[in-house]
Amino acid sequence: MSIATTSSLGVLLIILIMAIVTLATRWGGVFIMAFVPISRRVQQFIRGMSGSVLIALLAPLAAQGDNGARLALLVTAGTALLLKKPLPAITAGILAAALFRQLAPLAGGA
Amino acid sequence: MVHRRAVWRGFRQLLPISLFVAVFGMAFGLAATQSGLSGSAIVLMSTLVFAGAAQFATLDLWGTQMPVIALAVTVFAINARHLLMGATLYPWLRHLPPVQRYAVMLVASDANWALSIQALGRGEPGLSLLLGGGLALWLFWILGTWLGLFMGSAIDDPVRWGLDMVMGCFLLTMVVDGPKNPRLLAIWAAAAGASLLAWRYLPENSHVVAGAIAGGLLGAFWPEEQP
Repeated sequence: MSIATTSSLGVLLIILIMAIVTLATRWGGVFIMAFVPISRRVQQFIRGMSGSVLIALLAPLAAQGDNGARLALLVTAGTALLLKKPLPAITAGILAAALFRQLAPLAGGA
Repeated sequence: MVHRRAVWRGFRQLLPISLFVAVFGMAFGLAATQSGLSGSAIVLMSTLVFAGAAQFATLDLWGTQMPVIALAVTVFAINARHLLMGATLYPWLRHLPPVQRYAVMLVASDANWALSIQALGRGEPGLSLLLGGGLALWLFWILGTWLGLFMGSAIDDPVRWGLDMVMGCFLLTMVVDGPKNPRLLAIWAAAAGASLLAWRYLPENSHVVAGAIAGGLLGAFWPEEQP
C-alpha cells in the first residue's frame, strides 16, 4: 500500500501517519508503565536504562563518526569534567570539530 | 506538580541548544523543499511530528509514491527511544494527573529528556524542565524549518562547521554531569557494547533500544548500594 505524494491530501495523510506514530512512541512508554508494578527491581531497571539511553545514542556516534566527531566528544568530555559547566564544554567540542574539519583537508588527511 | 517558574527556567536552559536545533530545522526545510514538498506541508510536518531524525529519514523515502508500511516502520524505529524515555520518567510522571502526564510528553525529545532526568535524579522539579525545554526545542525547530524554506542555502554545509555534533556534545555533558560509580560504569559499558553490536549486526535504528535495555537489565540484577 502506498500514498501518492502528488496530491496535497496524500501529503497531509503522510504527515498525519508520521505524527501519530511519533506520538505513540512519546505516550507509549508512559502508558505501558502504568500497568507495571514499580518494584525495586523495576526501579533499578529504569534507572539503569536512563543513563544507558544516552550512552547508546553516543557510542555509535563515536564509532561511526569521523575524527572530527570523535575529537568533539573528547574535548567536550574533558572540558565538562574540568569546568563542570555544560555550555563551555559543548562550545569547545563544536569548535574542535569545526577546526579539525577545516584544517584536516588542508593537511591532506581527513 | 508543574511549576511555572521551573518551566521558564527549562525554556531558558535549552535556549542555546535550541538555536542550533533551529539551524538543523533550516537544513530540514531546505532538504524538504528540494524533495518537492510544499512550504506549508514542511512547516506542518515539523510542527506535528517534531522529530528531526525521523523527518530526515522520511525525505529519503520520498518519491511520487510513499510506501505506508516502510514509512511507519522507519518513523517508529527511529523514535522508539521515546518509549524508553517515557518509561524512565514514569516514576515521577505517575504523580501527575493523566492529562498533565501526557501533555508534558508531547514535547519529550532527547535534549530536554536528558536535562529533566538529571534534575529528577537530584530531587529537583525536572518535569517542568522537560516541558519548558521541550517548548523551546519545538518552537525553534518550527522556526528553523520555516526559515529554511527561504534561506536554507545560507547553511549549505552544517557538518563542516561541526554543527552535527551539537546534540551529541550536549548529551555527553549530561552523562559527565551525572553520578559516577563502578556499578554505573559497568552499566554504561554494557549499553555501549550492546548498542555497537546492534548498530553493526541488527536492523537499522535498533541500537538505542538494544543498548538501553542491556544497561537496564544489568541495572535490574545488580543491586544498588543502599544510601
